[in-house]
Amino acid sequence: MEWNEILIRYGELSLKGRNRNVFVRKLKNNIKDAMRDLQSVRLKAERDRMFLVADDEEDMKKAIERLPHIFGIQSFSPVAKCEADLDAIKKKAIDVIGSGETTGRTFKVEIKRADKTFPYVTGELQQEIGGHVLSQFPELVVQMKKPDILLLVDIRKDGAFLTSKVFKGAGGMPVGSNGHSLLMLSGGIDSPVAGYLLMKRGVSIDAIHFASPPYTSELAKRKVTDLTEQLSSFGASVRLHIIPFTELQQAIVKQVPDNLSMTTTRRMMLQIADKVREEIGALAIITGESLGQVASQTLDSLTAINEVTATPILRPLIAMDKLEIIDISQKIGTYDISIRPYEDCCTIFTPSNPKTKPKIEKVQHFESFFDFPPLIDEAVRNRTTIEAFEQRQADADFSDLL
Amino acid sequence: MIYFDNSATTQPDESVLESFIAANIKYYANPASIHVMGREAEALLNRSKKQMLSIVDNEDGEAILTSGGTESNNLAILGLSEAYKSRGNHIITTQIEHPSILNACRQLEQTGFDVEYLAVDEQGRISIEELTAKLKKETILVSIMHVNNEIGTIQPIRQCAELIKRNSRAIFHSDCVQSFGKLPVSMEELGVDAITISAHKVNGLKNSGVLLLKKGIKPSPINFGGGQENGIRSGTVSVPNAVAMAKAMRISSVKEERTNFREWRNMLVEACGTIEKVQVLSPLDGAPHIVSLAFKSIKGEVAVNYFQEQGIIISTSSACSSKNKKASHVIETIGLDNKFKNGVIRVSFGNTNTKEQVKEFIDVLHRFMELIEKGM
Repeated sequence: MEWNEILIRYGELSLKGRNRNVFVRKLKNNIKDAMRDLQSVRLKAERDRMFLVADDEEDMKKAIERLPHIFGIQSFSPVAKCEADLDAIKKKAIDVIGSGETTGRTFKVEIKRADKTFPYVTGELQQEIGGHVLSQFPELVVQMKKPDILLLVDIRKDGAFLTSKVFKGAGGMPVGSNGHSLLMLSGGIDSPVAGYLLMKRGVSIDAIHFASPPYTSELAKRKVTDLTEQLSSFGASVRLHIIPFTELQQAIVKQVPDNLSMTTTRRMMLQIADKVREEIGALAIITGESLGQVASQTLDSLTAINEVTATPILRPLIAMDKLEIIDISQKIGTYDISIRPYEDCCTIFTPSNPKTKPKIEKVQHFESFFDFPPLIDEAVRNRTTIEAFEQRQADADFSDLL
Repeated sequence: MIYFDNSATTQPDESVLESFIAANIKYYANPASIHVMGREAEALLNRSKKQMLSIVDNEDGEAILTSGGTESNNLAILGLSEAYKSRGNHIITTQIEHPSILNACRQLEQTGFDVEYLAVDEQGRISIEELTAKLKKETILVSIMHVNNEIGTIQPIRQCAELIKRNSRAIFHSDCVQSFGKLPVSMEELGVDAITISAHKVNGLKNSGVLLLKKGIKPSPINFGGGQENGIRSGTVSVPNAVAMAKAMRISSVKEERTNFREWRNMLVEACGTIEKVQVLSPLDGAPHIVSLAFKSIKGEVAVNYFQEQGIIISTSSACSSKNKKASHVIETIGLDNKFKNGVIRVSFGNTNTKEQVKEFIDVLHRFMELIEKGM
């Protein structure tokens, strides 16, 4: 079946009153971005729907594969075009219905006659087209309410447009329509899910990762770039900041008693993240913390860590169970990357019994013996920044072998 | 030599061998290792699997690499029945499956499964009515081969799939070892949950096969070890074999039936029509690359020997059963006249064959018949 265009229905953003234009424009840009390499793709945005047109059949196929991952789309339908002529429409209707499953399905025809000069009225058309389809697919059962297959025929001046398939979109809001934030990305299961959930709410993100070579390996870093790339597939591309953290971590181990070192480590990370956030003009910091999951994620710990900044910390997973989080990570394709077995900087210096109820005063007391701010500034300054598209190019090309 | 035994195995494609060697030189690391070479090998393995999955229109599914068609079929029957036994104990297959399906089913019968074997008509085709009648709520697995390896019958897989999906919760497996590369094999179009493909039947390497599964379908393991392949098939995965197989599949995959094979097949069938002592067993609408013939009162083995002397390699029924003296289970099942039963031969085309070779075969066939008339 050859499709001529795709009808894209907006998600929640249809409700958003005066901001709608901003949302539509964002969505259009995000789709354009995702289809950047498809030469023949063009977009036409209307008030409550958008059309994606592609002359090249391959491009169209790829577009259909990519659309389900872009936030802000409620659903989309490939559309076949033909002449606005009853016989042509009937013929096309058979093609469109025949491209999907028909056995045991219910069916209905709906007509939209924008071109009022078309020589048949809606009722006549419904009967003519419906009758013709039924004569070819006698297994279909007509049903007016909630049919399995709804054949939409839209008759406009420039032709008739037929569609019957509805693909579910990713929902949510276009990435970037709700501001920019910085995601703390460890490489574990939780943080990519946290990033995903906020992207779904329209937040565009940069990610920050702490590396402690030689304790952490190049492969641990690779894991994080792979995660960033996976997150990039959900709309706007994600930039990654990698912070050299070894020196600070060694200083912490030296200065702070074992059972509080974890709290101080988190406090340092948060301060570094906050400085990076400020530099890139992001508004909030996102973490994958989930209440009570580990010692650093108790309410007491969160309070002690959070004390270093007034920046809003968004914790979308705070009330989720681990299994729920795993479930999402599998759906969004980050799970398999997250479970690769490399040490990250949080697991390497883990003390054997970290405090679950650290006292802020105590932490401050131990930190006061050492001048941490210069090391923090240095770490921020010496970070490496990787753009998502650079990562993609770094992938080995196996096509000559396959 | 003219090689007409491509259903038994094929000559590996040169470019497949090149890929196999190149992958062995550069990506020999164990894909389960955590070091950088292991990661590269794993990336290549994943790309190979992705390619296999995309060729059969099952992008989000799973590919389990095995040692070949037999192991893939074993894993489908034994592994899926074990994994889904809480749903029921009834299995349906056909009387003309490959022994790797049939013998696995017989094994299951020993352990309390109820296996029913669909009969076939003289063309080797199952009846949809019988399948309808046999499906019940305890049915957990149905396995029906796409193309029969001895006579080339094509089963109505799509129709079976619709029926199975509508009337049961059973998983539908199809052995596509003989169909892949000659007919379009799309899991989407066929409506199947699992298929078996073997590399060496499509100019790939021996000892290399795959069980392709729809998303969410997971057989229990039938061998035990380090839990590779998602815990389903233990044993170090051979990345070079995966690469070679993905390449062989890409080269041989077809969107439509192989028309050159069909033309040669028609030439052969037409030639046989003029010979009284030869009966064509393959149905007219069978697979394009297999022609099964039976000689009246002449042993198949004699024909194989004569053709061999004339420089043409053919086989009696299937390679697996050809060393057996008895007529094969497929030949028995389709109810062939006793006079023809022992005179079955199989001619199967492949990528290395030409039209001239088919003409040559027909000439030799005529000479053979003349000789027979003289009484050898």
